[in-house]
Amino acid sequence: MSARVLVGVKRVIDYAVKIRVKPDHTGVVTDGVKHSMNPFCEIAVEEAVKLKEKKLIKEVVAVSCGPQQVQETIRTALAMGADRGIHVEVSGKDYETLGPLQVSKILAALAKKEEASLIILGKQAIDDDCNQTGQMTAALLDWPQGTFASELAFEADKLKVVREIDGGLETIKIKLPAVVTADLRLNTPRYATLPNIMKAKKKKIAMVKPADLGVDVSSRLEVLKVDEPPTRQAGVKVETVEDLVGKLKEAGRV
Amino acid sequence: MNQVFAFDNISGILTCQAGCVLENLSHYLEERDFIMPLDLGAKGSCHIGGNVSTNAGGLRLLRYGSLRGTVLGLEVVLADGRVLNCLATLRKDNTGYDLKQLFIGSEGTLGVITAVSILCPRKPKAVNVAFLGCSSFQQLLETFQCCRGMLGEILSAFEFLDASCMNLLEKHLKLTNPITECPFYIVIETAGSNATHDEEKLHQFLEEVMTSSLVTDGTVATEATKIKALWSLRERVTEALTHEGYTYKYDISLPVEKIYDLVQDMRRHLGGMAKNVVGYGHVGDGNLHLNITSPSKDFALLAAIEPYVYEWTSQWKGSISAEHGLGLKKRNYIYYSKPSEAVALMGSIKAMLDPKGILNPYKTLPDNIN
Repeated sequence: MSARVLVGVKRVIDYAVKIRVKPDHTGVVTDGVKHSMNPFCEIAVEEAVKLKEKKLIKEVVAVSCGPQQVQETIRTALAMGADRGIHVEVSGKDYETLGPLQVSKILAALAKKEEASLIILGKQAIDDDCNQTGQMTAALLDWPQGTFASELAFEADKLKVVREIDGGLETIKIKLPAVVTADLRLNTPRYATLPNIMKAKKKKIAMVKPADLGVDVSSRLEVLKVDEPPTRQAGVKVETVEDLVGKLKEAGRV
Repeated sequence: MNQVFAFDNISGILTCQAGCVLENLSHYLEERDFIMPLDLGAKGSCHIGGNVSTNAGGLRLLRYGSLRGTVLGLEVVLADGRVLNCLATLRKDNTGYDLKQLFIGSEGTLGVITAVSILCPRKPKAVNVAFLGCSSFQQLLETFQCCRGMLGEILSAFEFLDASCMNLLEKHLKLTNPITECPFYIVIETAGSNATHDEEKLHQFLEEVMTSSLVTDGTVATEATKIKALWSLRERVTEALTHEGYTYKYDISLPVEKIYDLVQDMRRHLGGMAKNVVGYGHVGDGNLHLNITSPSKDFALLAAIEPYVYEWTSQWKGSISAEHGLGLKKRNYIYYSKPSEAVALMGSIKAMLDPKGILNPYKTLPDNIN
């Protein structure tokens, strides 16, 4: 198969970090905070590399949108086995307002340019929890989508996707070219081993601007305010059942 | 007795009661951009008073030194009820004998520690962990030398575990080996104030050890979740061993080159009597944790292990208890690591400070001391 797979990887605040809201409530503190690849994007990269190892696809291209630092994230994908990277340069205010709609337009443009036949993305990013990019990309390209994938297999000329849904598991078959979004149980991402980390340094990362792809990244959304969730109120311990009833009555609950 | 009295964020000196749990102190300090100078597996439950009383070592000793250097002052209650207030918060104080050193590591036999003042380092901005595999102990030691040279001041931990440990981790805790199977594994941690500087040094070091074949495989982590996963391969060995039945644990200090010789010698000496003979520990500090298991406690096996292991250690002028202390079980073996004049002097000090022998009797000092 001469298929080329595009994998989107997003640089997000590491999931173990304690998030703090900026004093001006315009967003969260990102300066000096540990960042890493979105866990669902790692699963997407792992799946793409696995497909390549099974010789079902030919090339894995890792894509990330953002400032200079996203190159670290692309390098991690390269160390896991991606063949080359594309860094779509977006910085400053544009980066702050970059969201699923703009990213899906970029991915759609790249998919056409690179003649990709499969796009694998993480189901959602752990910073915005949007869960929209995969779906929007498929719609823009008018490609079928297999979202929340927990299993992926090639069957003849179709892709069999087992999806995690509320009621359980749903199995669908979609034609290529297609968009797949990875869910938690799709695979366990490998550790990037040293020989691969060394090799990754020599792999190419091409730089491109959204304008080069004919994409306008201006946002139609404006963030008004960012707040921390309300602090959990301390509970009150009571000695007797009478006390409990009394307190409930006081609070107007009974 | 778990209150923090004060913390000075210019000097980094923390003063608190002995009952503070180490992990709680770590959290308190981390919010203020500092860390405790020691870290160990039991952090979730151990008290700082206990740590000082036992001169606990742990994973950060390589970088920040022992409690003998970081503890600046103590408040101790003596056997006769007098409260000795040596709770200084001074980095330098050469006025008279340094009494606190008597109580640090005395295992509660000379006095009860009730408060501690300790010097805390700044929280590192960048922490990286590398997990490497070596094909021989000799290469592990050469990797350590290379590490010292190339990573220098940013090195904060250098731990090892052998293939037997990895097998137990995989078998009982279902942990995955992140690299290919090797006879020896190393966990290296770097901690510094500048991520770019540290990563550059680390990558140069890794390239060096890979190209010179000192290391056969490895992986690196910069993200908190991956760092935890790599550390758990070293920190959970003790847990994995508990699934094998009864564990005979030995905590030995030896010249670094001799560390693994003890493990191999014990395997030969015990033959089929033991189910597992494993080695792991703070190789950077010359400290081996030798662990032997059998399905259930076997007195014949115990007789084969002791005093052979102590004699072996004594022969190489090592310590029969690097960090775990003597307590009840090892008190009578003290002579393997200390000359009799020294032990006699310890007895005199004990008699002076605790004439009625009420403080933690039957511990630390041998039975045959008068």
